[in-house]
Amino acid sequence: MIMTLNEIFNNMDWGTAPENNKIALSWIKEQDSTFNHFIGGEFVKAKNHFKTKNPANNQFLANIAVGSKSDVNLAVNSALKAQKKWIQIGCHGRSRYLYAIARLLQKHSRLFAVLETIDNGKPIRESRDIDIPLAIRHFYYHAGAAQLMKDNLPGYEAIGVCGQIIPWNFPLLMLAWKIAPAIAMGNTVVLKPAEYTSLTAMLFAQICIEANIPKGVINIVTGDGVTGSLITNHKLIDKIAFTGSTEVGRIIRSQTAGTGKSLTLELGGKSPYIVFDDADVDSAIEGLVDSIWLNQGQVCCAGSRLLVHETISDQFYKKLKKRMKKLRIGDPLDKSIDMGAIVDPKQLSSISKLIKRNSHEGNFFQPNNKIPSKGCYFPPTLITEMEPSATLMQEEIFGPVLVSTTFRTPNEAIALANNTKYGLAASIWTENINLALDLAPKIQCGVVWINSVNQFDAAAGFGGRRESGFGREGGSEGLLAYVKPKIKTYPLKPQRRFEKNKPKLNSYDDLDKTLKLYIGGRQVRPDSGYSNPIYGPKGLITHVADGNRKDIRNAVEAAHKASAWGRSPGHLKAQILYYLAENLEKRSLEFTENIMSTTGTKKELIKKEIETSISRLFSYAAWADKFDGSVHDVPIRGVTLAMNEPIGVVGAICPEEFPLLGFISIAAPLIATGNRSVIIPSASYPNIALNFYEILETSDVPAGVLNIITGFEDDLVKTLSEHHDVAALWYFGAGKNSGKIEKLSSNSVKRTWVNNNQGRDWLSNGEGKEFLRNATDIKNIWIPYGE
Amino acid sequence: MKNNEKIIANIGTELDLDWVLMTQANTSAIERRANNIGNRRSIKKQYQAAWLLKAITLIDLTTLSGDDTEKRVHRLCAKGKQPISKLLVDELGIQTLKIQVGAICVYHEMVKTAVNALKNTTIPVAAVSTGFPAGLSPLNLRIKEIKESVKIGASEIDIVISRRHVLNGNWSALYEEVKLFKQACGNAHMKAILATGDLGTLRNVARASLVCMMAGADFIKTSTGKENINSTLPVTLTMLRQIRDFHERTGYHVGYKPAGGISKAKDALTYLSLIKDELGDQWLNPDLFRFGASSLLGDIERQLDHFNTGQYSANFRHGMG
Repeated sequence: MIMTLNEIFNNMDWGTAPENNKIALSWIKEQDSTFNHFIGGEFVKAKNHFKTKNPANNQFLANIAVGSKSDVNLAVNSALKAQKKWIQIGCHGRSRYLYAIARLLQKHSRLFAVLETIDNGKPIRESRDIDIPLAIRHFYYHAGAAQLMKDNLPGYEAIGVCGQIIPWNFPLLMLAWKIAPAIAMGNTVVLKPAEYTSLTAMLFAQICIEANIPKGVINIVTGDGVTGSLITNHKLIDKIAFTGSTEVGRIIRSQTAGTGKSLTLELGGKSPYIVFDDADVDSAIEGLVDSIWLNQGQVCCAGSRLLVHETISDQFYKKLKKRMKKLRIGDPLDKSIDMGAIVDPKQLSSISKLIKRNSHEGNFFQPNNKIPSKGCYFPPTLITEMEPSATLMQEEIFGPVLVSTTFRTPNEAIALANNTKYGLAASIWTENINLALDLAPKIQCGVVWINSVNQFDAAAGFGGRRESGFGREGGSEGLLAYVKPKIKTYPLKPQRRFEKNKPKLNSYDDLDKTLKLYIGGRQVRPDSGYSNPIYGPKGLITHVADGNRKDIRNAVEAAHKASAWGRSPGHLKAQILYYLAENLEKRSLEFTENIMSTTGTKKELIKKEIETSISRLFSYAAWADKFDGSVHDVPIRGVTLAMNEPIGVVGAICPEEFPLLGFISIAAPLIATGNRSVIIPSASYPNIALNFYEILETSDVPAGVLNIITGFEDDLVKTLSEHHDVAALWYFGAGKNSGKIEKLSSNSVKRTWVNNNQGRDWLSNGEGKEFLRNATDIKNIWIPYGE
Repeated sequence: MKNNEKIIANIGTELDLDWVLMTQANTSAIERRANNIGNRRSIKKQYQAAWLLKAITLIDLTTLSGDDTEKRVHRLCAKGKQPISKLLVDELGIQTLKIQVGAICVYHEMVKTAVNALKNTTIPVAAVSTGFPAGLSPLNLRIKEIKESVKIGASEIDIVISRRHVLNGNWSALYEEVKLFKQACGNAHMKAILATGDLGTLRNVARASLVCMMAGADFIKTSTGKENINSTLPVTLTMLRQIRDFHERTGYHVGYKPAGGISKAKDALTYLSLIKDELGDQWLNPDLFRFGASSLLGDIERQLDHFNTGQYSANFRHGMG
């Protein structure tokens, strides 16, 4: 019905403002409404196809190819073939191609936006003003990253062929986040778009042809989870990058374990949105619209857990409900709507079920807004008075549902914020800069937005902690996910172990030395009550404790108690590391003798080991106040701080060789970056590291910062890998436990750094940024300013 | 749907300093919302035409120049009575809407002329007052000026506040001053001009808005048009939110008038979108919203002409104001 001017004048309705989809639909028709894989620079016909629909009206859009084993093989092989040349093209050469993609995306930006909206259901305003411009920006930024690679990442090289699997919530943007940094750094890719949303990836493939991207550098294989697992399990792929659910992330971690593939995961979230009583309340409420009601709440970093200062909560909820009543839900192509369609009936039903089953957990509110009768729509929803233990406070809903509780003090806000298995983002609203900047580092997450929310830019890193995954996308930190250090490695062989050839080395006049475990700054007997003998070339040297899972548990607890270390200034950490060096030097004779009698190594080499150990302690003392993050240049009036934060409690298994230097090489970077660690020393010569705990005691290392557990490596590794309160695990042992660690870490989605049974020369190649980067998580804190 | 809640005129409240000082305005967040309202709401085709017709009825057609003459004011009033050509009205089929501007806004010396020119119409005459634009003449004279303007037929008085009270944080002085002005206005509607371009921060804008409303302002208005920066969307958003808060807490309806710098039809639509989203339909009427503008009407006429013919229009096709 067409309203007359008179009628509209009197009721002042919004009316409709539909974006024309004619060009997008005829583009689909031009492809016979059927799309095939993009492999080796051309479209390769697939055997089977599935249908993709517009979630706003359930109408058929196109047939999308199902990636089979041979399709994936073909794609991986073409990527493999292309990679060498792609590196030879050089930094500037690659930069030019990325630039060309950026320009072409820009030229076709509206077609991309409309396609995205009809395929995904998101409002055209979002695809037009957010998704597509950010994707374009990503290629521009990474054209620069390619150009400057030599200067910015000396000593690093491309990883190889990257398998990339992306979600349906920001289809083209996620494609850009994956492809741009990968190809900029000289990798080639096989990317699989999400099953629901492949169309913009197909248009992107056409753009690759227009841009003359060398064949095989970018390959796009469509399909469902089965195709995805063909990629993640492919032997010739060197790296997997995945964005999606935590559930699938775990499976991929488990599948890739022990294969030597590097992995980055960007998974789910339940990010806190914290509002203090001194905040600009109206702006905080508007922020929620941009947060939990952006893209129908199908955003991994959505501020889905609202924490409100108790003093203002009543007023806040009242205002929020009023705001919710104004949200316009409807045809995603309408330029004047706030919320479009949920991506697929399946997703809609999963949201509905979760809410239906659990909405009684709090005070449920849905405004009575008009919603189209057909299509996948879910109204904006608020559930207040939730207890932290409620299902909906813990589980990711991935829909437009906001759950809320209140807090009394900043400390309680932090505790509630961190009371989650996820750790992706946080939003903090207060006009008090002291409060905001105090909270930002204390929330376990990868991104903090102060008085803002859902800010993204190619120059800033994005990614999570805990079960939200590991690795960063965007910014200089994001490049690290697509390079590896150029170092020489060699297959590890177990060290010489000496047989029980003589009962006792020392004369009976010597007092027996008891080597215990070192937990919480104290020498502790093992829970088991057992000890293991250590034999040197000349016979029994000593016994070391046979630590077990309970000792690991105790050590992890002690490490958590030492959390203040993470906040202590770099200068203090440096002083203690220098002091360790000083005290080690004082006792170098004793260490020389101990190492010699334990390993039978030549004195010259031991001298070198000890000198290098001392120098290494100096290096990390030096780094302690210099590995200090950066300020990213993002397009806001404000600063974005990229802070290097300690990961937390880290488990580390030392190399078997170099029993002192190996231990120092692992422990020192962890100490310098503020981590607290549980270290398992050299499997064959653990007594040397244990000799070191007396030095720890005399050098003012706070209790719990460094804990040493000896015992049967395979058992200890299992306990550490499975421990939910160990945030990361390093493995340099010779016990072939890399795969096991990766596999067992999948449940807690732990960050791991393993040697894949490759050794390195610890004398010349055992320190530096590689270690520091693996010891830290980068948190991007967005601080807009202006008065 | 139109909200038919009855408008409850503001009679003012006590000065609630706790409330005033609790009020915050985060510039970056406000700018973010203000900058995307234009992209969030798009008014097209007949909706756009109807909204623009509405916009005309919300205009305080203004002349505030040193060279104003009786003839000039006459011409302005004529335009106010018939803002769009009869031909266009006929072709759009909107005779029954009886489109006219919201008010004619002039200096005191021109009030009589305007009142005479608008005899037999319902268009009110608004007078800028209280030592406009700086507001620094003696207080007793400023009060007297209001009374004089009201006496000769101004039914709306646009007062200017003493910016120094805001800049000094002297909220009670501001409250007392505006209260005196309101008393002087009697039955005439009082619009309090904050001169937001002089206030330094959005927080000051928010707090000054509240204090003026507590003192009984019927409207709060951004600018005199003489400051370096006049109405902006961030300032508008800040003031609208205070109006909403005041309404929620007291039940009183206070109107809003952005002034200066709004000269394009598209800008007018953005303002109206913001009003509709932040305050609601009730505020989309001349009792609660006005544009202080002089050249906006011309652009709206051209847009309506374009809507009618499908061809882009030209200034000379429309009678001057």
